[in-house]
Amino acid sequence: MENKTSILNLTEDEFVHPGNRACAGCGLGIVYRTALKALGKNTILVVPPSCLTVLQGLYPIAAAKLPCLNVTFASTGAAATGVRAAMRSLKKNDVNVVAFAGDGGTGDIGIQALSGACERGDDILYICYDNEAYMNTGVQRSGTTPQGVVTTTTPITGKLQSKKDVPSIVAAHKIPYLATASAAYPLDLYDKVKKAASIKGPRYIHVHTPCPPGWGFEPRYTIKVGKLAVETGLFALYEMENSQLRLTGPSKKMLGKPRLPVTDYFKSQHRFYSLGNDLINDLQAQVDHAWDAYVIHQ
Amino acid sequence: MKQDDFSTLISRSDPGPGDGGRTGSWRVLRPVIDLGACIPSKTNKRACFNCWFYCPDGVVSKTIPPVIDYEYCKGCGICAEECPAGAISMIEEAHFMEEKNDECI
Repeated sequence: MENKTSILNLTEDEFVHPGNRACAGCGLGIVYRTALKALGKNTILVVPPSCLTVLQGLYPIAAAKLPCLNVTFASTGAAATGVRAAMRSLKKNDVNVVAFAGDGGTGDIGIQALSGACERGDDILYICYDNEAYMNTGVQRSGTTPQGVVTTTTPITGKLQSKKDVPSIVAAHKIPYLATASAAYPLDLYDKVKKAASIKGPRYIHVHTPCPPGWGFEPRYTIKVGKLAVETGLFALYEMENSQLRLTGPSKKMLGKPRLPVTDYFKSQHRFYSLGNDLINDLQAQVDHAWDAYVIHQ
Repeated sequence: MKQDDFSTLISRSDPGPGDGGRTGSWRVLRPVIDLGACIPSKTNKRACFNCWFYCPDGVVSKTIPPVIDYEYCKGCGICAEECPAGAISMIEEAHFMEEKNDECI
């Protein structure tokens, strides 16, 4: 994918009002702002309970300038299907129907509705912002929390199980377009959302989203921490079209080059404080193994 | 309540700024742009705009010079961290309070 968009020609239109309830330095703020710029005015959002509901606003003020349907946790995919069906019967086929959910609402609670929508081949775009725990309820572990992370429900030792690979689960549905992106690279995200909006059928974008209070770092380092996750190889940015995996942007440039050690990333956040050396070596080996596979794929 | 009234009641919010109140009051550190170092201000050309681009709340304008809306800026400091020229410094709000108090006296 060519990065045609630059900061200078990125649109100045804002679809998110300032003064919303998101925490200072929220990665989701950047993701939401950038994704809505790419989607434009002709969009309907479907949002389950998540940090985005907090950002979206409480009655009577909403932060987003777009129509947004708040639905129950488990029904995001199904509700988006319903909105698409309504648009079809109104003959408004050019509307983007976008489900915007957190990692818990996608990978844990909402996975059956998402899987159903993908299997039916519904024309929806599903964006999952992955902040790696249930953040707005006070940092409880989710399926996508990485191994060894300390949360309020995995205290002292950290989470014992490894991170659920949600993009791969969705990719198994053989949908037309799937991508991963990071809040630290908004232009890459912008281009991916723009591309996804132009494709018909179920589409999925998984966005790695740093969370200062949940991950335990200063709000000013949101971008730095997000970039570290990509530069250490822990989170790879790729696109999948017709089940063909292709690394994009900063991850593509890292192919065949030495990566930063994963400890750089772990040291940047308080949530990894209980990681032992054995686990760090194990995680480094997993990253190396994954990247060996990427080299073969390309 | 009549059935008709009940059926027309919907929980619908209207878009507007300041859902979380004046979030500028959350701020402990205030970002201040040094226009002498800021790239677009210095060269008077449309360039850089990293502060506008990375701001999670969209409170920095894409203008020459960039202007920060202190009413809603939460003071996260991402702009100061991402400014390639190091033109944005985070100054304690208490400092501005003191200045204001001095003026009053």
